[in-house]
Parts: sequence; C-alpha cells; structure tokens
Amino acid sequence: MRKNLLLTLFLFALLMVGVAMAERYLNAYLVRILNTACIYVVAAVAYNLINGVTGQFSLGPNAFMAIGGYTVALLMLPLAQKKEVYFLQPLIWPLNAFSFPPSLFILALFLGGLLASLFALLIGIPTLRLRGDYLAIATFGFGEIVIVLANNLIPVTNGALGIKGIPEYTNLWWTASWAFWTVFMIKNLVNSSFGRALKAIRENEIAAEAMGVNLFRHKLLAFVLSGFFAGVAGGLFVTLISTVSPTLFTFSMTFNLLIIIVLGGLGSITGSTVTAILFAFLQELLREVEAPHTIGSWTFPGIPGMRMVVFSVILVILMIFYRRGLFGQRELSFEDILSLFRRGRKAHV
Amino acid sequence: MQWTALFQQFMNGVSVGSLYALLAIGYTLVYGILGLINFAHSDVFMLGTYFAFFMIGVFLLPWWLSVLIGVALCSLVGMSIERVAYRPLRNAPRISALITAVGVSFFIENLGLVTVGARPKGFPRPDLMKNVYTILGARIQGVTFWVPVISVLILLALFYIVYRTKIGMAMRAVSRDMETTRLMGVDVDRVILYTFALGSALAGVGGVLWACKYPQINPLMGIFPGWKAFTAAVVGGIGNVVGAMLGGFIIGLAEILIVAFFPGLTGYRDAFVFTILIIFLLVKPGGLMGEATKEKV
Repeated sequence: MRKNLLLTLFLFALLMVGVAMAERYLNAYLVRILNTACIYVVAAVAYNLINGVTGQFSLGPNAFMAIGGYTVALLMLPLAQKKEVYFLQPLIWPLNAFSFPPSLFILALFLGGLLASLFALLIGIPTLRLRGDYLAIATFGFGEIVIVLANNLIPVTNGALGIKGIPEYTNLWWTASWAFWTVFMIKNLVNSSFGRALKAIRENEIAAEAMGVNLFRHKLLAFVLSGFFAGVAGGLFVTLISTVSPTLFTFSMTFNLLIIIVLGGLGSITGSTVTAILFAFLQELLREVEAPHTIGSWTFPGIPGMRMVVFSVILVILMIFYRRGLFGQRELSFEDILSLFRRGRKAHV
Repeated sequence: MQWTALFQQFMNGVSVGSLYALLAIGYTLVYGILGLINFAHSDVFMLGTYFAFFMIGVFLLPWWLSVLIGVALCSLVGMSIERVAYRPLRNAPRISALITAVGVSFFIENLGLVTVGARPKGFPRPDLMKNVYTILGARIQGVTFWVPVISVLILLALFYIVYRTKIGMAMRAVSRDMETTRLMGVDVDRVILYTFALGSALAGVGGVLWACKYPQINPLMGIFPGWKAFTAAVVGGIGNVVGAMLGGFIIGLAEILIVAFFPGLTGYRDAFVFTILIIFLLVKPGGLMGEATKEKV
C-alpha cells in the first residue's frame, strides 16, 4: 500500500513536470486541447462510476455539469461584469452582492461540485429506485429540466443569453491535477469493498442484495459522488472557455461522455481516461471533416455538424461489433507497469 | 375562466393528447416486444414530416399522396433501423441495446441538421386544417378538430390489427414470451420487423398531424414530443396499447390545461411533463394499465 502511495505521488510529480513543460513549450492551441482532454477525463471517469461500474444507466451528467458550471460562474464573475451581463433582469440578491477573489477558485469548484452532488442526492432518492430504462428516462428528464430552468430562471442564469466574461482561471495546472486526483480517488474507490459492492450490483442486483449489499444506499452514494466530479468538470469547463449558456450542457455533452466510456470499455477507469484524451484530440481532428476542402479541381464545401454524425455512427458500430471497448473491464495498475521492467517475469493481466 | 375558453383548451388538449397517443403506441409496441426504448422513434416522427414536406414541395405531389408516401417511407426507415442496429443486439445486454438506440437517434438528428439545416421550415397545411369551425359557441381551428378524429380512426385500425388479425396475435404472443412463440413455429424476426413497420407508420402519421398543428418543422422537432409520448406510454403502463392511448390523452390534457390555468408557467411546460413522469413512476411504477412484473432470479 505504501509503495502504491509513493508511486502515485511520484506519478503526480511527473505529471506536474509535464504540465510545466507543456505550459512552456506547447502552443496555445495544443494546451487548449489538453485542457479539454483533462476536463473530459474528470467528467468521463465520474460518469463511468455510475454507468460502467455500478451498471445504472444514467443520462444526466450534463445536468450536473451545468449545475457545477453555473455555480462556479456565478461565484467567480466579478461584480462589475455581473452588472453588465444581467441587463434584462438584475441578478438576485445574495449573488449580486459578492464575488470570489481568484484565490478562492478552488473553493468555488468545490462548491460547484457540492451543489451538483446535492442535486444528485435529490434526484437520486426518487429515481434510483427505478431500474434500467426507467432510470435512463428519469435522469434524461432531469437533464432537460435543468436546461429548461437555465433558459427560464433569468434572474439567476441570464436565460438563453448565458453569462459572458467569466475570468479564465482554469489552466493546465488545475485541469491536470483534477484529472489526476479524480482518477486516483475513483480508482481506489472501485478497488475498495465499496467498489466491489458496486460491481456486484452491476453483475446481478438480486444476488448482490442477497449477499447483504444495501442496493439503494450504494447506488445513491455512487450517484452523488459521480455528480460531484461532474459538477467540478462543469466548473472547470466554464472557467476555461469563459462563458456559460444553456446550449453548452445539452444532451450532446452526455452523448460525448457516453461515447468515451463505451469506447474505453464500460467499467474500466483506465479505458475512460485514455479515451477521454483520445476523444479530445479526435474532436479536433474531425474539424477537418467540417472544413472546406479542395482535392484537385474539386472543392467540397465544409459541412458543420458532421462531427456528431460521425460520432453517432462510431457509437452504433462500436456497440454492434466491438461491445467491450478498448480496454474491456481491465485496468492498468502499477503492478502491470512495474512488471514490464522486471525481466523474466510474465506480466499478469 | 369562461366555459367556451375552457372548452377550447379542452379540445386543444385532446388534439395534442391524441398525437401523443399515436406516438406512444409506437414506443409501447416496441417496448412490449423487445424491452427496448426505441429512442429513434421520435426521429422517425420527425422524418415523416420531412418526407411529406419534400414530396409536396419538391415533387409537387398532392397532399394526401405525399403523406401516404411519407408514412410508407417511415415504415421503411423503422424496419431498416431494426434490421441494421437492433437485430444484431437481440441477445446482448439491455444496456448495449439502449446505448445503440441513443446512437441511432443522435445519428438521425444530426444527419438531419447536416442535410436540411437547423432552420425551421414552414409546413404546408391543407385548407381542411386551416378552416375555423364554431362548435358549441367556441371557435375551433380545423386541426384541433380533425387531428383527434383522424387519430382515433387510425387507433381503431390499429386495435383491429393488434387484437383481430393473425399478425397481431403473433405480436402479442412474442411480447408475452419470445422463446415459446419461436418454438410454436412463428417467425419472430418477421413479427418484430412488422412491429417496427407498424409503429413507425404511426410515428409518420403523428409527425404529419403534428406539423399540421405546429407548422414549423426542424430536425430536432421530434425530441420533446417523443419524450412526452414515452412518458405517456409509461403512465399508461408500458407494453399496453390501451394504456398508451390513455396515457397520451392524460399527458396532452395535463400539459395544455396547466398552461391554460397558470400562464406564468408556459416556459416550464416541458419540464412539467418530466416531473409528472418521475412522480408517476414513484407512485405507480407499473403504470395505469400495466401489470406488476416480478423480479426473476
């Protein structure tokens, strides 16, 4: 155990060195993609906890990201900017009176996560008693309710116009650290007895219950935890792109995360991490598809929106022909990496 | 509120409700047989309006013929979706099939956005739908009157198919026990294909009627009606055709009346239906007409 902790810290230090190098030598565009990648890691690993590990098909992470995103935006937006943004209807009282200084950014993220997990608790208590498809529609419904609220609660969210001018506090230091510690936390959680109970629920609820697992409590805890990290991811995202609006967290966000966790292998934390990073780059590469092209004397006009078509085809093909995803349910552990260095011994998977 | 206004709202609710009922039956048929939420159903609904739209606008066909062709194409699309996306996953875990269904739905929506664009188009309505009638002192638009009438006729035809024909009997048998039905010599795959054809045709009709009521069509127009119809199917007891119809009318009326009585809540209308859904699932998970299913080990 101590060895694992030391290795984790060493890995984190390594990552921070990597971040320092990236901040220094990479161009802004690449840093931006890396930032997005890290945020996807946080959101996808959290989503995988409930969908892949616990086997409860939720379609609502976009709602939790939205809650986290709006919370962080409202807390961090400077007072002057608050006056400027809310010209239709003024911002309601406690929020219009204060604004967090940059040093409290981490606190804002935590509050965003906490609020998201509070909503996860509120929505989880009624809906997690439902099973399979019913849970899927109930969580989807919740996601839509949040979007409807974001569009209509103008004194809080500024409606469809959204909030602009959020300070760009997020940088690679933040996103990479959050990604790292999210993976670390959830991986350890999955390997604990709590995590084994979650997997038992995924494999067979009735058997798990017969073995003494409190189904509802375990599902709810996983849901709340997943909500927390989704909220943080939303907060990071908002302060990265410096704006938030209801369209940012529509169902497409959930859909992207769904592709990531399915492609990586439902239930595999390693899979979600790797594919989240791949996905961020893939999304950029596919911009090519949307850009106008000239091949020889032929000019193809750009087709905006083509990316999502490609993604949905990928998802369906994956489900039909390659259901296990890249990693199946396997995980990469320190043992595996270490055994690569030890000659003569076979790596065990 | 004056009683003519109430009557107007009531008729409005009935006409929206009948549309939800049409759509809900498609969900319930597929769910009853495969145990799968056919997420793409609402997109077939959207396709129906576009097929009819292009038949009228581009090929300049008469209205009724365009609609017939549109509905036939919807059936074809429904069957293709089943064949290509759902059949390979017949024996896969439920979650895989569900994810595939989400993928197919997203594919159709985005393909729509790419090909026809996000901008809403005006749907040409026949004069029959635009006339204004005076019934019992209330002025009622043609659509509000004709949509429920047409829907009920179609629903009657559907009941005839499901409860009086051989294929209907086969559909009910498959939904009860697929394996035993197969052993009885029924071609289960064909029955499922037929179910998709029937459900998608209803979605197509529903789409065209919807476009007569709200004559602005866009590639994402199916999403909300689809979810509400699914909610209706759940409220009625999913897998039960009569329940789906009943649920459709309940949801339609509830939605229209809440906005009529509380105009301030108009913006929250869509959220309201999902709230009904969640509350309903908690109080009566099996739905109005559904049977409580026992958990099997």
